[in-house]
Amino acid sequence: MIEAVGLTKRYGRTVAVDDLSFTARPGVVTGFLGPNGAGKSTAMRLVLGLDRSDTGFVLIDGRRFGELRRPLRVIGGLLDATWVHPHRTARDHLRWLARAADMPRTRVDEVLDLVGLTKVARSPAGDFSLGMAQRLGIAAALVGDPSVLLFDEPVNGLDPQGIAWIRKLMRTMADNGRTVLVSSHLLAEMAQTADELIVIGRGRLIAQCPTAQFISEATESSVRVRTAQVERLQTALVHKGATVRHEPGALVVTGLDAAQIGELAAAHGVVLHELSPRRGSLEEAYLHHTGDAADHQAG
Amino acid sequence: MIEAIGLTKRYGRTVAVRDLSFTVQPGRVTGFLGPNGAGKSTTMRMILGLDRPSEGRVLIDGRPYHELRPPMRTVGALLDAKWVHPNRSARNHLRWLAKATRLPSTRVDEVLAQVGLTAVADKRAGGFSLGMSQRLGIAAALLGDPQVLLFDEPVNGLDPEGILWIRRFMQGLAEQGRTVLVSSHLLSEMAQTAEDLIVIGRGQLISQGSTSAFIGGATETTVLVRSPQAAKLAEVVTQWGMSVRITDDDALVISGGSSDQIGEMAATHGVVLHELSPQQGSLEEAFMRLTGHAVEYQADEVTVA
Amino acid sequence: MTLLAVERIKLFSTRAPVWCVATALALTIGATAGLVWLNARHSDGVSPESTQTLYILGLAVTMVMATLSVTTEYRFGTIKATFQAVPSRTRALLAKATVLALVAGFVGEISSFGSWGVARLITGSPHTDIATADEWREIAGMGLVYAVAAVLAVAVGALLRQSAAAVAILLLFPLLVEQLVEIVPGVGERLHDWMPFVAASQFAGTVDPTLPYGPWGGLAYFAAVAAVLLVAALVVVEKRDA
Repeated sequence: MIEAVGLTKRYGRTVAVDDLSFTARPGVVTGFLGPNGAGKSTAMRLVLGLDRSDTGFVLIDGRRFGELRRPLRVIGGLLDATWVHPHRTARDHLRWLARAADMPRTRVDEVLDLVGLTKVARSPAGDFSLGMAQRLGIAAALVGDPSVLLFDEPVNGLDPQGIAWIRKLMRTMADNGRTVLVSSHLLAEMAQTADELIVIGRGRLIAQCPTAQFISEATESSVRVRTAQVERLQTALVHKGATVRHEPGALVVTGLDAAQIGELAAAHGVVLHELSPRRGSLEEAYLHHTGDAADHQAG
Repeated sequence: MIEAIGLTKRYGRTVAVRDLSFTVQPGRVTGFLGPNGAGKSTTMRMILGLDRPSEGRVLIDGRPYHELRPPMRTVGALLDAKWVHPNRSARNHLRWLAKATRLPSTRVDEVLAQVGLTAVADKRAGGFSLGMSQRLGIAAALLGDPQVLLFDEPVNGLDPEGILWIRRFMQGLAEQGRTVLVSSHLLSEMAQTAEDLIVIGRGQLISQGSTSAFIGGATETTVLVRSPQAAKLAEVVTQWGMSVRITDDDALVISGGSSDQIGEMAATHGVVLHELSPQQGSLEEAFMRLTGHAVEYQADEVTVA
Repeated sequence: MTLLAVERIKLFSTRAPVWCVATALALTIGATAGLVWLNARHSDGVSPESTQTLYILGLAVTMVMATLSVTTEYRFGTIKATFQAVPSRTRALLAKATVLALVAGFVGEISSFGSWGVARLITGSPHTDIATADEWREIAGMGLVYAVAAVLAVAVGALLRQSAAAVAILLLFPLLVEQLVEIVPGVGERLHDWMPFVAASQFAGTVDPTLPYGPWGGLAYFAAVAAVLLVAALVVVEKRDA
């Protein structure tokens, strides 16, 4: 569990994070969204104790970062995959981290295996592609087998296989009761991964809620209906107070849900060929919520 | 139009691209997909005349790159947004490019407006955010008003607004009749952007065609049904040879029949429907199925130690 | 102990420190051998203390190694990984200083005994036997000077964070600045007396009777300077964003 309470961080005269409070719960993947410059990275650095907040504090499983005796056992973070000495091998990089976390040496081979870097474990990290560096960063976050995981743009540089792999990894970690906080700009990806969302803009909290709720509150949900008896169904729908729009070969109904439409069709003897609820996309919802919080918009 | 004919590229003893042929049509966005190491970058470099093919050739609007005079008027590319001197302003960066290709300097203001950088045109490029640098790179690619455009991972590092902007922008270019080839690893993004796909693996062509055909051909189309009389409906459709799977929340996933057929059967048997949604597979599923054997390098299954 | 092991793994899992150690030893011992060989033709003997005059060469290289162990962490961003792994930055930095001091001390001992040994091999003269307490201090005590210098270099690296700046200061200060200070009108000589590396050589070399402190006082003063810099570095690193 991560609890941020009233975080504020200024760099000179810019306020990067402004009285920000949020909670990331165990057992779910929490997506951390916001435009560039919204303060996501700063907030993540504050959680990991890398930057000092001007006011407010962060609790990780109930304790402040500075109070953790073996922090890698509690929280693992991947903020920047390039934070590796280019001449040090992947194995050596993990070896010192494992030592710092008081984990047995065998843990290094375990995490190397887990991220698929066993074959290149003895190559200097400077020779790695961005995707491989990303995997090494993930291995480093996992080395202490922590209960809280923090990933900043983890799919950066990964190919489709890598992207599917990390999505599954985060899912598994959350299903095992861990807290997973992941920031990303890829909303279609987040819609598949995140159970809950924390959305910030200009350093402030815009929303914290389940992903489904975030989408349904900001977008219109409708039902796409296909039938041979258009007239009959439309009359019944309008009579019930629904709004009906025409699309090529289909009706788009708002104001009634799919189950209500299905019951209505059955009652009027209408044969349905399709009855698909349509939800808005996370992208639509996000743009609706952050519309005025984006820092630099093109003119 | 881009035509690759029997392209092969060897680096020493490794074959990066092997006998690759494809056509990129004008008027639509074509996605260029493949796992890491599949040869996408090498192919793009050969299209742009940066690498010479060992065998075969690439034609851009009917001519090889080195015959284009000047090339920027035919093909524009965004390969890396950071190829800009940090202390030069956006306008000056474009001005020297325009001079180099003998384009009128009025063109500079046109492309700046096109990508929405007019307001910051005189600021130094070093202070630009990644999204703004990306726009500047696109402005540079557009200077010569080329008919063919290449984008390599254009949304990398962009925020959601930037991603949406690039997607719409590429689609807009295609609507003007241009040829747009874009490589990306982000399949959910590509599914929204690209009408056509070229998929390669280990340097060879795996598939070329429309995105919907690619997905339809590699994944199973099913119909998701919810109904208070689900058991009855399951029985009926099974008799007609369809197969039924029941999900965790008691919905039916039916394969082997269309939603029209299932709707008719439901009506005939007096089954009330609460949902009847045809489910298409995702681009990711299709991609994984078709490139599964072509992956150079893969992590093990996720297990938690 | 864990933190020391962490810093040891970090130090020896890149090539630069190994090269630095090798260079420090080769430079000091090699140059000493050359000097002794040249002198041996003209004079009949070489005293133990005259085998130690070139210690500053190895010391400079060792300080470069120590300061790079901090600045490269900033350069490559591993400092963030370090602070994520070790919540107390003070302890992390102290562990690094300790490991570097131990390694440097070891290098200092090998370098001083190596220089002395190679001189003895070349001259084969009994003049080179270590006899007096002063001679023992000059040779066996060299490790202490190296160790303190390493702590000082770690502190400078942590304060500056930039390799080029830290290396420049650590090389220019003992080799140039401390000599130039003497020409400052009026206070120059007094200032020179209190330069840290002047104090260090009071311990590591021939005792200069004009200095206001003896050899052990010199070492204590050198250590005090290093300690002040280290405390300053700890305070700054704790406060500063990583």
